[in-house]
Amino acid sequence: MMLNYDIVVIGGGPAGLAAAIEAHKNGAENILVLERDRELGGILQQCIHNGFGLHVFKEELTGPEYAERFIQELKDMNIEYKLDTMVLDINEDKLITAINTTDGLIHIQAKAIVLAMGCRERTRGAIHIPGTRPAGVMTAGTAQRFVNMEGYMVGKKVVILGSGDIGLIMARRMTLEGAKVEAVVELMPYSGGLTRNIVQCLEDFNIPLLLSHTIINIEGRDRVEGVTIAKVDENRKPIPGTEKHFECDTVLLSVGLIPENELSKNVGIKINRITGGPDVNESMETSIEGIFACGNVVHVHDLVDWVTEESTRAGRNAARYVLGQLKSEDNIVEIKPGKGIRYIVPQTARLSNVEDKLLLYMRVDDIYENMKMVIKVDGKELRSIKKRHVAPGEMESVNILKKQLDEFEDIKEITVELVEEE
Amino acid sequence: MKSREMICIVCPVGCHLTVHEDTTAESGYRVEGNQCPRGAVYGVKEVTNPTRVVTSTVKIKNGLLPRLPVKTDGDIPKELIDECMKVINSVEVEAPIKVGDVIISNVLDTGVDIIASRSM
Repeated sequence: MMLNYDIVVIGGGPAGLAAAIEAHKNGAENILVLERDRELGGILQQCIHNGFGLHVFKEELTGPEYAERFIQELKDMNIEYKLDTMVLDINEDKLITAINTTDGLIHIQAKAIVLAMGCRERTRGAIHIPGTRPAGVMTAGTAQRFVNMEGYMVGKKVVILGSGDIGLIMARRMTLEGAKVEAVVELMPYSGGLTRNIVQCLEDFNIPLLLSHTIINIEGRDRVEGVTIAKVDENRKPIPGTEKHFECDTVLLSVGLIPENELSKNVGIKINRITGGPDVNESMETSIEGIFACGNVVHVHDLVDWVTEESTRAGRNAARYVLGQLKSEDNIVEIKPGKGIRYIVPQTARLSNVEDKLLLYMRVDDIYENMKMVIKVDGKELRSIKKRHVAPGEMESVNILKKQLDEFEDIKEITVELVEEE
Repeated sequence: MKSREMICIVCPVGCHLTVHEDTTAESGYRVEGNQCPRGAVYGVKEVTNPTRVVTSTVKIKNGLLPRLPVKTDGDIPKELIDECMKVINSVEVEAPIKVGDVIISNVLDTGVDIIASRSM
């Protein structure tokens, strides 16, 4: 079967939904969303806790509520979508190969593609935890899906490795459902999660957070019977003599997320070494013209609100591309992280496509107090923003007004760096 | 309580607050360590009447999934969270349900309803 669409969005989570809706609002008509799960909404459907939508809707919603608003809007616009559909391949000519049980193998020719595949959790295999291989070791997100959607309790006595937000949220969730969470164990000297989650998920329930600790052994033959943890030194190596043993039947892992870019890599899209996602320009377009990307497939976000914002830009620009409104330009501005900044998205910009402002998302490389973020254009300071507190777990954003950039000629480079406040 | 330490969660700065009993203050408490007025309000609320939104699931028959996500339609006192979970776990509903439908009204006489947080 051969189908033709103007824009095909791969992934029906928050990124894909926002991109498709915004593409439609900007005049694209023939849009198709491909989703491999049984329903739209992506990972939001299992995130039943609240705290979503504070920026986009100015109210605190749960994940399913946030998703439902976008799903309803998509349906009201009669945007087409296919569920239970797995994309196997995309090529440079924007020919998509996908498969599902109703249509069989399908080929879809698109004029533009939006990649919105999200990210995956790192697993035990990715971090090499020593020990036996019993049942009961799983990622926090897997447990979240079992408990919140399928109605299965995954364990009674739990140790959680990693203090990312999903791990913190699951510590509370497991406790509320009657499990005992012995501890959350974090390798780093600080938590990777949001402060509000440490307070509301751990402190409210007296769950200990052990910083600078890691699991050095998992025990048990058929089912997890316990773990040994140890303190780590500044090089993150376990310190002999600091071992502690916890009896438990479940180990949940919240040890990081990795953008899901198999399709992007196969088609030859340039992947950024630090973000793990495609390099993108001001229009959220990848290194292949007409293939756009947004959301966690580009870089891992901590708030879905920023995923939505980024994805509306991808969707709007995919529509502009299809309608021939996106300009190609010879002068490509490089956007580079300076001191204290780990990465900036987007990595490049063609200023003629920047409407009123250029929005940069970035993460810092450590915890800093009393700093300023200095934005420079070709080495000249454009402005600086005071920051009382920055942490790698909280994404930072910087807005640069177009009219400010217009005062410069032939810009080669924009940088952002952290400087100590005097 | 003479004084209590806590981390403020009003914004990402995460000030380390110390809340002291202080009979001379209007609220009866004095907050230290906050970098803004919102931190003082939060600190007093946390020691006088801490409240939370509770989110969980209830069993659902004939739905796409076997569980329906629910939430309290407002804050409830923190010490009622356990009791609230017991009430939530005793309920079973039947599809179709629309987002916002009241699943349990006036839970534990708090004046707060438990509502569906998705349609199914």
